[in-house]
Amino acid sequence: MALLHPTAHTPRSGGPGLVPWAVLVAALILPLGLPNDYYLEILTQAYVFAISACGLNVILGLAGQLSLAHSGFFGIGAYAVALLATKAGVSFWLGLPAGIALCALSGYVIGSICLRSKGHYFAIFTMAVGIIIHLVIQKWESLTHGHIGVIGIPGPDPVGPISFDSTIARSYLALFFLALTAVAITRLVRSPVGRTLMAVRENDMLAEAVGVDVMAAKRTAFTISAALAGLAGGLFAGFIGFLGPESANVEMTFNMLLYVMVGGIGSLSGPIAGTFIVYGLSQVLAVVQQCQMVIFGLALVVLIRFMPAGLAGALRSLVRSRVARAQ
Amino acid sequence: MELLAQQVLNGLVTGSVYSLVALGLTLIYGTMHVPNFAHGQLFMFGAYLSYALVMRSGLHYWAAMAIAVVTLAVAGAVLERVVFRPLRNAPHLNSMIAALGVMLFLEAVAQNIWGPEFRYMETPYGNVISFFGLPVAAHRVILLAAAAASMITLLLFLTRTTAGAAIRATAQDPEGALLVGIDTSRVAMITFAISAAMAAVAGVLIAPISLVYPAMGALVTLKAFVIVVLGGMGSVTGALIGGYLLALAESLGGTYVSATYQDLVAFVVLSLVFTFRPAGLFKASV
Repeated sequence: MALLHPTAHTPRSGGPGLVPWAVLVAALILPLGLPNDYYLEILTQAYVFAISACGLNVILGLAGQLSLAHSGFFGIGAYAVALLATKAGVSFWLGLPAGIALCALSGYVIGSICLRSKGHYFAIFTMAVGIIIHLVIQKWESLTHGHIGVIGIPGPDPVGPISFDSTIARSYLALFFLALTAVAITRLVRSPVGRTLMAVRENDMLAEAVGVDVMAAKRTAFTISAALAGLAGGLFAGFIGFLGPESANVEMTFNMLLYVMVGGIGSLSGPIAGTFIVYGLSQVLAVVQQCQMVIFGLALVVLIRFMPAGLAGALRSLVRSRVARAQ
Repeated sequence: MELLAQQVLNGLVTGSVYSLVALGLTLIYGTMHVPNFAHGQLFMFGAYLSYALVMRSGLHYWAAMAIAVVTLAVAGAVLERVVFRPLRNAPHLNSMIAALGVMLFLEAVAQNIWGPEFRYMETPYGNVISFFGLPVAAHRVILLAAAAASMITLLLFLTRTTAGAAIRATAQDPEGALLVGIDTSRVAMITFAISAAMAAVAGVLIAPISLVYPAMGALVTLKAFVIVVLGGMGSVTGALIGGYLLALAESLGGTYVSATYQDLVAFVVLSLVFTFRPAGLFKASV
């Protein structure tokens, strides 16, 4: 029961090569070349969503489980930061780890329960959980202010001499967290845990038969995925300054799903590239904005049919066929 | 006492819709093992088609119903042929993601055509009649009867015709069905068409009672999933009875317990079931 296209990522041996460094340098220079704050805001948002997409990729791409509760965790992280700051005066720098911890904990507990269901049942179960989280956030007015949402969320305080009041400083901060996420996931993939996860993804019965603790592996992936969604949510709340229940809407999960699918499910860089392409296009092109979901929906259907491994997969098979021809 | 009777009637009206939608969902799951996340959007399209035909083209209600049902049946067959059949041998993750794509697509298309507003739809049966001594809008009684009639037709089709037997055989054992010469591809297409038609019937019936809007399908899909999971994925009787039960629980719970969290009931029930029975309540059987 292979869950993914055969070109989905499997770890390569050897060092990371030059590409990640080149991308990082480009990312460091990019904000300086942007004409105005509007584009900087979009860039910052893209970094934040990319973190969340990376999180979804851990449970979906590495462990092969379609979790539709992802935006619920994004919402929990965002509301944790927002409410701690506005109601208890807790600084962003304490609120953020608290939000991540809360997401990891709830991810661990919810994962322990949901992951006992498999395949379709897991998808349906997590969708129900996602909706419950969204509805609770929306209806629990005394805590979350319901539809009105939370306003006036303070941003990150200065760290030493560095202040995060300017848009550009915030974009670098988001980039920092995205880079951290990318490094952490790379290490995860190449660790024994990552190999276990991929064994589970490719054939969970076989993995179980050879003595892999399938449940523990999936639960680890789910917890990490929830924690990353929480990190993204916390950054989102701190940067935007206001927050409504739609941040935990199931539609957010579908957006993330599209980012991951476009870039390449299960690949390391895919979700990041996918976020930039899809989110960037949806913000820049007016046509796309107007009928965004018409295109998104169609894109999902077409991608899964003709390019199930996304851009990363297409690129990989292109390189492979070139190499084969050269030989 | 009258409040109770009214709420039971409300429950039966909503239950008719839930059951019709859940029946389609369970049929598709039973024969093709695809959780069709877009099913509620087919229901929504049925409602919109009848709205457009009645309110904008001035057609009679039942003519609009007929056109909507036929259109959706064709759309269902096309959906199976174009989207789901090519993915039949792909990992199950792929067909789930495709279903999500269709769901987003249909809802966005409806929003682009008809806008995000809530639309009111007229019915020729707006008058109030006395139903077992209870004052009721005539359309509700018509809805109950029409829904029951469609469900009985479906059951007769499944149990009394060769095509119905082929659907049941495919649901029980796809490979076995193929071995005895059943064209399972055609069965899948017919199943999808019937399911979409049932969703359309539900949409057109409920349109004059609830308002018509793009997101009206989303919650219904989720409720239908709850019903199908409770009744057993693929089970026809489970979906039929489950639909009415859930709607009654909601309408009574909403009146006597809490209206704020009414929509939450279904999902909490679903989570509880999965928590204690990770593979659902019943084994599937058509």
